[in-house]
Amino acid sequence: MLHGLRKLDMLETDHSLSEDAQTASRTLAQSFGIWKADERVSVTSTTKTSFSEQTEWMLKVRDQRCKTSFGALFDHFAPRLRGMLMKNGFGAAQADDVVQDVMLSVWRKAASFNPERAEVSGWIFQIARNRQIDVIRKERRPVPEELAMPESTDVDGEQVLGVEQETAKLRSAIARLNPEQRELVEKAYLGEFTHSEIRDQTGLPLGTIKSRIRLGLERLRHELKGER
Amino acid sequence: MTEISHHIPQSVLTAYVSGSLARPFALVVAAHISICEDCRAELAAHEAVGGALLDDFDPIMVSDDLRDRVFAGLDDDIVEPAPVKGTAVYPAPVMELLNGKAPKWRSLGPGAKQCILEAGEAGSVRLLQIAPGFEVPDHTHGGLELTLVLQGAFKDEGGRFARGDVEVADDDVEHTPRAEMGEPCICLAATDAPLEFKGLMPRLLQPLFRI
Repeated sequence: MLHGLRKLDMLETDHSLSEDAQTASRTLAQSFGIWKADERVSVTSTTKTSFSEQTEWMLKVRDQRCKTSFGALFDHFAPRLRGMLMKNGFGAAQADDVVQDVMLSVWRKAASFNPERAEVSGWIFQIARNRQIDVIRKERRPVPEELAMPESTDVDGEQVLGVEQETAKLRSAIARLNPEQRELVEKAYLGEFTHSEIRDQTGLPLGTIKSRIRLGLERLRHELKGER
Repeated sequence: MTEISHHIPQSVLTAYVSGSLARPFALVVAAHISICEDCRAELAAHEAVGGALLDDFDPIMVSDDLRDRVFAGLDDDIVEPAPVKGTAVYPAPVMELLNGKAPKWRSLGPGAKQCILEAGEAGSVRLLQIAPGFEVPDHTHGGLELTLVLQGAFKDEGGRFARGDVEVADDDVEHTPRAEMGEPCICLAATDAPLEFKGLMPRLLQPLFRI
């Protein structure tokens, strides 16, 4: 399940996905692209003026080492992480071990959480995914060099809201996918995905699968575009 | 930072985020993102998709026992090891595999050297150093190859590749990369096919690389 993409899978995926995926994720990426000032997303017209609960919790964990907020994050994410891991084939005990490691990492690596760059769920997803792969492959997964954290804990509120807004749009777009599209997006992002595997599971011809994935992403793109 | 014109394909980023990407390629992705602002943003976007899916998962109740264990761990005085820093040439994920030391180059023939970072069942990843004006030696690979330029530049049928650029190639692509004049071209090259050593690499060394 977690072995590499075969050449064919990768190239074919690239051909069929690249355009839509690029547009979809570029739209999203722009809101994460704080590294280029000219690509900043303007959120002056936003109706939202406060951060999400999750962001507030995480900032309190990061800046004040607040255990109450950590408890809130635990109660929200631990059961979902468990759900995700068990769906990925982990047994209950092994899933619990990973949940424990991940939640402790959330606490210990809190200093590297930057709401201007990532939303809490995406940040935790990435920690969980790395941990999961480390456990399965028994080796440390290569990760990019971390950006230096700013000296100050002040956050650029507009930027944080921009990231939150874009992610909210993404969520509503995902929520509106039909079940088949949803399943394909899940497989692609939860790591169960190769074209040939999907074909084996569903008996669908490759072309159909590819066009379904494309439709799914196109839908995402339209949702994201339409609400801008 | 100079402009990077050849990035990681979206499908490869998705596979990296999902964890299904073979380790040699994951290393190239991590190295590229370490020096490419655009792809770092793209990665965050892909992770947001993962985060949204996680947030939407049907929760499965966790035991109080697990909660207690986690809370008991909060006060542990764990010192996270300081992250490895990249150098002007080698991004952090590469430095990590080099154990923070300069690469030990071995000759691959005229104008070319290599330093194997990892080789195993999932493929291999290595550094290549090509002298100015020389061609990359004919390296047998039966699979997909991702090449990230770390220093200097090379040109081939696919265009010009300078620091930060990634070339995606497979068997079907005839390409004869040649290093530009100037400083030697150093690349990080990953393939999912087993390495075949030709010529100068003594067979004796092969067990060292677990092939």
